[in-house]
Amino acid sequence: MPSTHLPLLQVVIPLLAAPICIILHEKTLTWLFTFLVTLTSFIIACLLFQHAAQDQVLTYAIGGWAAPWGIEYYLDRLTAFMLVIITGLATFIILAAKHSLETEIAADRAYLVYCAYLLNLTGLLGVLMTGDAFNIFVFIEIASLSSYALISISRDRRSLYAAFKYLILGTLGASFILIAIGLLYAVTGTLNILDLAERLPEVGNSGTVFTAMVFFTIGIGLKAAIFPLHLWLPDAYSYSPSIVSTFLAGTSTKVFIYVLIRFIFTLFGIELSLEQVGMNELLMLMSIGAILYGSFQAIKQDSIKRLLAFSSIAQIGYMILGISLATAAGLAAGLIHVFNHAIIKVSLFLCLANIIYYTNTDSIKQLAGIGRRMPLTMSLFTVAGLSLIGVPLTAGFISKWFLIKAAMANGYLAIVAVIVFSSILALVYIWKIIEVAYFHPETEAVLQQTEQRQTPWLMYLSLFLFIGACVYFGVQTHINVGMAEAVAADLFRLQP
Amino acid sequence: MDIVAHFNYWTVIILMMIGLYITIAQSNLIKKLIGINIFQTSIFILFISLGKISNGTAPILTDTTLPYSAPLPHVLILTAIVVGIATTALGLALVIRINKAFGTVEDNEIQQEL
Amino acid sequence: MSDSSLLLSALLIPLIGVVLILLTRSKSNLREAATLFSAALLIIIVYQLLQRVLDGAKPELTLFEIIPGLDVGFLLEPLGMLFACIASVLWLINSIYSIGYMRGNKETHQTRFYICFAIAIASTMGIALSANLLTLFIFYETLTLSTYPLVTHKGNDEAKRSGRIYLGILLTTSICLLLPAIIWTHSLTGTTEFTVGGILRDESNRTAIVTLFLLFAYGIGKAALMPVHKWLPAAMVAPTPVSALLHAVAVVKAGVFSIVKITTYIFSPTLLIELLDINLVLYIAGFTIIVASLIALKADNLKRRLAYSTISQLSYVVLATALLMPISMLGAALHILAHAFGKITLFFAAGSIYTATHKKKVSELNGIGYRMPITMAAFAIGSLSMIGVPPTAGFLSKWYILQGAFSIESWFAIGVIIISTLLNAGYFLPIVYAAFFKQPATESEKRFNEAPIPIVLALSFTAIMTLVLFIYPDFALRLLQPWVGGLS
Repeated sequence: MPSTHLPLLQVVIPLLAAPICIILHEKTLTWLFTFLVTLTSFIIACLLFQHAAQDQVLTYAIGGWAAPWGIEYYLDRLTAFMLVIITGLATFIILAAKHSLETEIAADRAYLVYCAYLLNLTGLLGVLMTGDAFNIFVFIEIASLSSYALISISRDRRSLYAAFKYLILGTLGASFILIAIGLLYAVTGTLNILDLAERLPEVGNSGTVFTAMVFFTIGIGLKAAIFPLHLWLPDAYSYSPSIVSTFLAGTSTKVFIYVLIRFIFTLFGIELSLEQVGMNELLMLMSIGAILYGSFQAIKQDSIKRLLAFSSIAQIGYMILGISLATAAGLAAGLIHVFNHAIIKVSLFLCLANIIYYTNTDSIKQLAGIGRRMPLTMSLFTVAGLSLIGVPLTAGFISKWFLIKAAMANGYLAIVAVIVFSSILALVYIWKIIEVAYFHPETEAVLQQTEQRQTPWLMYLSLFLFIGACVYFGVQTHINVGMAEAVAADLFRLQP
Repeated sequence: MDIVAHFNYWTVIILMMIGLYITIAQSNLIKKLIGINIFQTSIFILFISLGKISNGTAPILTDTTLPYSAPLPHVLILTAIVVGIATTALGLALVIRINKAFGTVEDNEIQQEL
Repeated sequence: MSDSSLLLSALLIPLIGVVLILLTRSKSNLREAATLFSAALLIIIVYQLLQRVLDGAKPELTLFEIIPGLDVGFLLEPLGMLFACIASVLWLINSIYSIGYMRGNKETHQTRFYICFAIAIASTMGIALSANLLTLFIFYETLTLSTYPLVTHKGNDEAKRSGRIYLGILLTTSICLLLPAIIWTHSLTGTTEFTVGGILRDESNRTAIVTLFLLFAYGIGKAALMPVHKWLPAAMVAPTPVSALLHAVAVVKAGVFSIVKITTYIFSPTLLIELLDINLVLYIAGFTIIVASLIALKADNLKRRLAYSTISQLSYVVLATALLMPISMLGAALHILAHAFGKITLFFAAGSIYTATHKKKVSELNGIGYRMPITMAAFAIGSLSMIGVPPTAGFLSKWYILQGAFSIESWFAIGVIIISTLLNAGYFLPIVYAAFFKQPATESEKRFNEAPIPIVLALSFTAIMTLVLFIYPDFALRLLQPWVGGLS
């Protein structure tokens, strides 16, 4: 039965497809091929999601070697939830990639982008699928290496330096995670996550385990760009090609948050990581710092890409905040925000890709009056922006609602204040763009381009899908909220 | 003495510190990469030390059971070495392109140009 | 038509109006006809609904469920019905007026104006008919957003600055205070439905309930309690029909309406009386009334004076609500009605003066009664209603509010009302006096020269309505009877 191999196919298909991109070489052909591959991945993810939603845990022993000796792929609700997000984004972002890349990178290098894109996807999906701690490291590196390449492919020479900076910090982060895994192996003699979870309580809160936790937290903090370890992110997002920033913003940090959740809740276990060591307190501090710092920085930016990058740092803070509440409701809120923010931020970045396609700039000052030139794109940007702020009937509102409610349930009124205050900051930086776009007179930069390239329908199609999702998940929440709550209940071992 | 008995772990810690220091403090991008390499090497030694037991042999199936060193860390480190090489290669490739684009590989000079 | 489809059409008609306006945007006469047509249709629908509510029906409609136990739904109860009536009638009047004003002053972007106006009305209907806090919140926010382009209509720097203040204060208060208050309510009770007798009935949550009362009062920034009132004077840069929309038809009314609705359907007034040691909201409202009146007294810009008058009048409603007596609540509801017609008359008059003479200042109005007798007569009637002198609608509402204040012997409230009545007289009557009894600067200004006919028609109608509501308040009383009955 082919369906039994789905967990493996999920990872292997993009892996095998990546070199084929090199062979195909021609840019339209590779684009089409990449789209088909990502679409297949998405379908597989949906099938797996259906499977996991029925409360069935799926394991797959690679090469028939049973765990804990062989590497095991492990699929529970959390994995399935993340798989759908990542593959969904990967698939529908690709729609816009063809035209957007044409204007932003040299034409003969497009196929390399698709190749690296698929490798990146492989890495991300591998991290999600695997049940082996060391294997997580390997897949993290696959994803990271390809993302360094993706970032550096832009025409902007600053992207090279951004990629290098990310490479150094990223490698450090991954190495820290590797040390943590090594230390855990030292005390338990196993690398299988479930096996580790069983054995760690016997070891208890020893010095080695604590050291492992410290290394892990720093490593994942670097990878997921959790304040104050976010330094690589603004440059990496703002100098890479639009499509790459879109993809990275939507997927890669989310996967590292998955790793964080997996380690805290499954591997270390709640008792050890939260109750004995109190990782959540540190995470809470970091997240509050992230929310405030990211929002304030975003307000100061002139480049919209950079603005959105800082906004991402703040939004990652929300997700970590949810996790750090150390309740099922908080975790669910964090996961809901992982889902919703992915959609919202991708929508914003895609709008920006449209704008850059049209004007070749993302400087707010130069985009004065763009609202009249690109009424459709800017109105969609407004919708996505409102969603980011958390206006009702959009996905962002749902996130805020659950997050505030979870914080209230803990009695953390100061946290509630931080959340609402940063919503106001989000309002300020989104409104800054909207006001300039609609109410300022047109500047030279926009005016010069009177005979414009018409934005291709494919870019609009991709954008419409994501904006549609923004609104849909603000109104119909049973899929994402239901799943997130089920995941949280699983991880807290409660009856759903 | 603990220090002597665990000299390999001390080596790991010292190498790790050296590597980390070079990565952070050096302004030359290639030296930064070298720092990362030293740092990674320390991790490799850490893993291999974990697998070693004194008087252990290689894990070969024979009629008599002898104490043997764990093979798994070696396998892992082989993989990690490959990853490390890939990272270094990519890093060096980036440095070459940075050198072409900026005319320098010094961190502080590049930042001035940005 | 079934009850729920009537309810739905009350929400949809303004939106259909938007589509019609968009379709006819190139032909301005047709476009205005589309606005008037939708407004008239809305009145018919609201009238139908009114009949059913008077017969005791309670139409309900649930659109969709966002989160289990949290849906977007509508429910028609007497208070909301009253608000819907006000909004729909005044939309038509205001549209007629707008046509005269916008053309008379050669304003630009008229299509955007009518579209945003219609969306604002749709939001207002949503607030009036909302069945729970979430629905109310959603439409409260859409109302803010849809009126932003109206406030910044002129597009100059001053308009943009004012727009920022407008949006900043209203969104900040709603996101920082109202939303947490709603979520808190939901956490405490598991629901946000407007229920007769209130949902926050658990006495053990004393601190929570007392805090929530304050959170709601300030969270609803549209009620303009000091110090979150700044947006209202700032919004004065907008064209006069917009000011009328803000002050009489939709925005501020939505604010005080929400406060009354939440106080009666979310809180239990009887329980609140027990729990509140110090009724902060009452004192804040009293303070706002007096201070706003004092500022109005000094303002020379006519619209600014009217704006501060609105702030003080809104606090009457909040004060009446905070008295927590059924009779004062009735006064609060009636005051929403009375103030709507009174204040819109005053704004229409101000706009009429501006259109005909381009005068904005109180000090320039000497003898204007010779030139614009109809406008100034209407202005006089509106002023009397603000002061609360019979035979105007303002007298009735004040009567009920005072009755409530006397029944619990709240000397603070009584004192505030008396002082503010004097102040009101102090800043309105001189205008009326100057208009009719002082001589204009030049003889030529004595010639009869009124504003365009639509403007005069609109303001005469609202002035007459102000009188009619005094003589014939039965409909409002009959409508509100079941609501007041449910309070005690």
